[in-house]
Amino acid sequence: MNLSFNDWAQIALYFAVLFLAVKPLGLYMAKIYEGERTFLSSKMGWLERGLYKLCGINAQEEMGWKAYSVHVMVFSTFTLLALYALLRLQTHLPLNPAGMGKITPDLAFNTAASFTTNTNWQAYGGESTMSYFSQMVGLTLQNFVSAAVGMAVLVAFIRGFVRKTAKTIGNFWVDMTRSVIYILLPLSLVFAVILTSQGVVQTFRPYVEAHLTAATMGSDHKPVAVQTIAVGPAASQIAIKQLGTNGGGFFNVNSAHPFENPTALSNFLEMLAILLIPAALCYTFGYMIRDTRQGWAILIAMTVILLPLMIFCASQERGGNPRLTQIAAIDQSSGNMEGKETRFGVVNSAIWAAATTAASNGSVNSMHDSYTPLGGMAPLLMIQFSEVIFGGVGCGLYGMIVYVLLTVFIAGLMVGRTPEYLGKKVQSFEIKMASIAILVPLVATLGGAAIAVLTAAGKAGAFNPGAQGFSEILYAFSSAGNNNGSAFAGLNANTPFYNTALGIAMLFSRFWCMLPVLAIAGALAAKKSTPVSAGTLPTHTPLFVSLLVGVVVLVGVLTYVPALALGPIAEHFNMLKHLHS
Amino acid sequence: MAIHHKRPALLGGKAIMEAIAASFKRLTPAYQMRNPVMFVVYVGAIITTILCFYHAPGSTEKTWFVVWTCVWLWFTALFANFAEAIAEGRGKAQAETLKAARKDLPARKLKSAKDKSNCETVSSSSLRKDDIIFVEAGDFIPGDGQVIEGVASVDESAITGESAPVIRESGGDRDAVTGGTRILSDWLVIRITSNPGESFLDKMISLVEGAKRQKTPNEIALAILLAGMTIIFLLATVTLLPFSMYAVEKTGSGAVVSVTVLIALLVCLAPTTIGGLLSAIGIAGMDRLIVANVVAKSGRAVEAAGDVNVLLLDKTGTITHGNRQAAAFYPVDGIAHQQLAEASALASLADETPEGKSIVHLAVSRHNVKERKSTDIEGSFIPFSAETRLSGVTLKDGQILKGAADAIEAHVERLGGRSSPTARAQIEKIARDGGTPLLVAQGPKILGVIHLKDVIKHGIKERLADLRRMGIKSIMVTGDNPLTAAAIAAEAGVDDYIAQATPQTKLDYIKKMQAGGELVAMVGDGTNDAPALAQADVAVVMNSGTQAAKEAGNMIDLDSDPTKLIEVVEIGKQLLMTRGALTTFSISNDLAKYFAIIPAAFASTYPALMKLNVMGLTSPESAILSAVIFNALIIIFLIPLALKGVKYLPASANSLLQRNVLIYGVGGVIIPFAGIKLIDMLLTAAGVS
Repeated sequence: MNLSFNDWAQIALYFAVLFLAVKPLGLYMAKIYEGERTFLSSKMGWLERGLYKLCGINAQEEMGWKAYSVHVMVFSTFTLLALYALLRLQTHLPLNPAGMGKITPDLAFNTAASFTTNTNWQAYGGESTMSYFSQMVGLTLQNFVSAAVGMAVLVAFIRGFVRKTAKTIGNFWVDMTRSVIYILLPLSLVFAVILTSQGVVQTFRPYVEAHLTAATMGSDHKPVAVQTIAVGPAASQIAIKQLGTNGGGFFNVNSAHPFENPTALSNFLEMLAILLIPAALCYTFGYMIRDTRQGWAILIAMTVILLPLMIFCASQERGGNPRLTQIAAIDQSSGNMEGKETRFGVVNSAIWAAATTAASNGSVNSMHDSYTPLGGMAPLLMIQFSEVIFGGVGCGLYGMIVYVLLTVFIAGLMVGRTPEYLGKKVQSFEIKMASIAILVPLVATLGGAAIAVLTAAGKAGAFNPGAQGFSEILYAFSSAGNNNGSAFAGLNANTPFYNTALGIAMLFSRFWCMLPVLAIAGALAAKKSTPVSAGTLPTHTPLFVSLLVGVVVLVGVLTYVPALALGPIAEHFNMLKHLHS
Repeated sequence: MAIHHKRPALLGGKAIMEAIAASFKRLTPAYQMRNPVMFVVYVGAIITTILCFYHAPGSTEKTWFVVWTCVWLWFTALFANFAEAIAEGRGKAQAETLKAARKDLPARKLKSAKDKSNCETVSSSSLRKDDIIFVEAGDFIPGDGQVIEGVASVDESAITGESAPVIRESGGDRDAVTGGTRILSDWLVIRITSNPGESFLDKMISLVEGAKRQKTPNEIALAILLAGMTIIFLLATVTLLPFSMYAVEKTGSGAVVSVTVLIALLVCLAPTTIGGLLSAIGIAGMDRLIVANVVAKSGRAVEAAGDVNVLLLDKTGTITHGNRQAAAFYPVDGIAHQQLAEASALASLADETPEGKSIVHLAVSRHNVKERKSTDIEGSFIPFSAETRLSGVTLKDGQILKGAADAIEAHVERLGGRSSPTARAQIEKIARDGGTPLLVAQGPKILGVIHLKDVIKHGIKERLADLRRMGIKSIMVTGDNPLTAAAIAAEAGVDDYIAQATPQTKLDYIKKMQAGGELVAMVGDGTNDAPALAQADVAVVMNSGTQAAKEAGNMIDLDSDPTKLIEVVEIGKQLLMTRGALTTFSISNDLAKYFAIIPAAFASTYPALMKLNVMGLTSPESAILSAVIFNALIIIFLIPLALKGVKYLPASANSLLQRNVLIYGVGGVIIPFAGIKLIDMLLTAAGVS
């Protein structure tokens, strides 16, 4: 392995700090969802109660899975339309000092779909498209609520395991409101303040004009003496985009931008924030079902997939591109630095790349398109594991539990019992719904990519020829179809075709996974619970964790290997072939 | 031990021929559509057949390759049909004998149950529920029914395979008769309980033929999962065509992947192994049950048996030998051992109950009492009655009685004798140890105590321990008092017991268990068991039981062996395990198939991908063919496993899982690498590459 001690130490530090935060935060969130008093109850309780009063919500009202789903859908549709309208009307709204122009219908649709689905695919450049108002009121608000919707659905899903012969799975409005008020808002506030201390900008002032001390030439070959430096209310948006696995950057280059991610400390904290809530939710799950071992088992399964791929990615990037040395004598001794920031280097870029694609965050601090073929395949593969390795806040874990049900089903049969998980029998209805939830992202990804390579509009988007161009298209649809939001940046995605196709893919994937999950929750809640005995398949053992890892990897690999063979794998072997010829 | 049916050999010559014929007959779209996985293979086979004759313009594909692929795809479909047909064939022979018993019989239908002379002869097929019929020695019973008058011995071997005749009589727990069985002696008046086509025999025939086999809940769930996976692979292969077109267009080299290759890839990836064997596994599971001489009313019950976590076991017959046996004589107040033994033997000479016989046996074998017959004695015997609770003999020189302690004591006191404190102490001691004390008295004098003991069945303790290892609790049900019950429970190693059980306590216990989420299985026979049987999740009814019990249960044990419940649970578990194991195997196989097919399919566009040809297969064509052939042959190779079921071991869930993952998961990854390589070598040697 070509990683240095320092490289290893950084990866180790990252996981150590992350795991230390799991229990306290996870426990806190569980208490919030179970309606217990916490230290914030007295400070924020008035806001919660006030909101219910204002909106006419009866917090005691319980919902069945169908009612819960309807409320999720109504709320999401409303926020989707509201964001679309806001973006379209940007020129008529306040806080637009840079005078940002109109946003096209297809881009507005794509962006609205993207932020509503917690994907945060960005077909636009923030500082050259969005007004401060659009960023703060439109996108940031959506960052909070889209994350909260995912968390609410997860909590409803967990109740399916907790409750016995029950008809209801909770109240959507309560779950969502609590997620925002007690979890996302306080965490973001603290995090935003820390970020500003590191130099992340937070201002309503217009863009700054700087007079260059040495004039330079623009791309149009005219001398440039004045540079416009984009600023804005960035820190408040960046905090939640990291914490809520949103990933939509304030600036076009996301967290590679010095105003979005200026220092090594800000970088570390932003990386930490990516996985913080998804990891802690595993503990929340374990606590709520009163068996924390189950939560740890899932967290370990996630880590067992993430860690090797992260190391693999770092190692590939550390190795650099030998062809560059061969052709142009470019020094690759510090690894493949193309598309990476010198203040982060190879390993911190690789940790971020793996984490952001494992969690469906999608923010970047380096450009994945510029990775080596296999180094770039690691993030792509992480996305293609259906965003269940940590995944988005809430949705990652409920996706993973769907895979757990699948694993339990096969493993349960092998021990000669009707499969059961946490005392609940997994029968044909659950399997049907789980199959839909697993199938939907695959349809969105492969179906979308197939349409793209069949149409002229789709083919036009690819920046690079051959296998790399195919990887760009496949990555775009993987990202949208799994609600990640990161990109192989080479693809020119702000076209009516991609805006529409990717927008549809994001919406389809998000909600057609959510609904089967809620259906499973309803079905499980209605069941009796079987007591544990020696005949019960234990689901917290190393054996089960390995099986779970095997099922997730196998489904991902078996589905995508043919396509990957035509993308990064072909490219990698081509690179080697040319190297040796 | 029960006499089991003779089984046809696993793969008899005639059975194979019939199964082969059936495999071809089932190649209709309507039949194939029932199984989505195999339907994909079927459609693939049809498309490649068309491709054999019609070449896509500009295709460079070799015709022999298309033909070979096509042939092996048809084989895949045929092999799956064959597996199912073979499984069904095993039940056929038994169905034939059963059908012979169902033949149309003459029946003497009575106008009313009171008047046996007023009858008309009708055909058995015209009998309806609640008709009253009369049968006598030599007659076949024309339909299922309940005896309402008479006692007769009946030959039920056609149903049970057991040649010893059984007694059927009205009013007791032996009032159920089955159509197709034969009266050997005496006569019966029977009320018919089933309409034509719904009789026990009809159910059994459709069950063994597998014709009306309903899919069980787990089978349905698995079928959904397999269909879902097939859709995933369909998606992965269908989208490869545009991806490949794009790659060829952009690189300008190689040919677009052909439809033949895509179909081959899809068929190899789809879970055809489990898909092809799924129904065979289900049929074989039911068949194993029939081999154990148990008839399940539905496949659902068999699966539920695998899920059971509480077993209610009748003490008598399951945990202990049917009857108590005399273990010792305890003389009191100066009476000699010999004298007590002598007296006890005399009092029991005419006692035909196993307890009575065991007393005589003990006296003869251990105390040198002379062996005699009841006819050798001058005197009259007093039979046991539930009212007096004693029995004995009246001799010239007085009466010797044995019986329940309080009954004998009362009797002695009536005659002016005194109860013995020594005897009382002994009685209490025996009861405390779980035994049954009998008091023996000669005239007004108490001689001593006989210790009757429940004898725990050999091996039952180990079997119960096995159950516990599988997480199944065993509950002993007995009419004994709590003291006795506790002692036997401890000796046999059951987890809990219900003492002084009444139908109501059983029912309550089951309900309580179920409320806690447990699945409960029980065995029963009497009419008063019916409510509990109906409440239990799995209820096995003795064939000797009453009609009411049979209707309440969901399985009937033809051997009337209460231990059978444990076997039923094992069969249920084995059924699920076989499905799970073969599913795992089927999916694990895909890895090797990718390594065979992916480089072969795309090497013309990206020759560098040949690096992935880790098995070193000769040519792209032979690589793909080898995968397809392996995929087809594995179905055939696994038929015996599907029919026999995977090896069942009583062990905890985790160790079972570990074992099966290792064999079928890890093995499933490795075996196809070797298999595909081997087939490729054979093809290469044969010049097909």
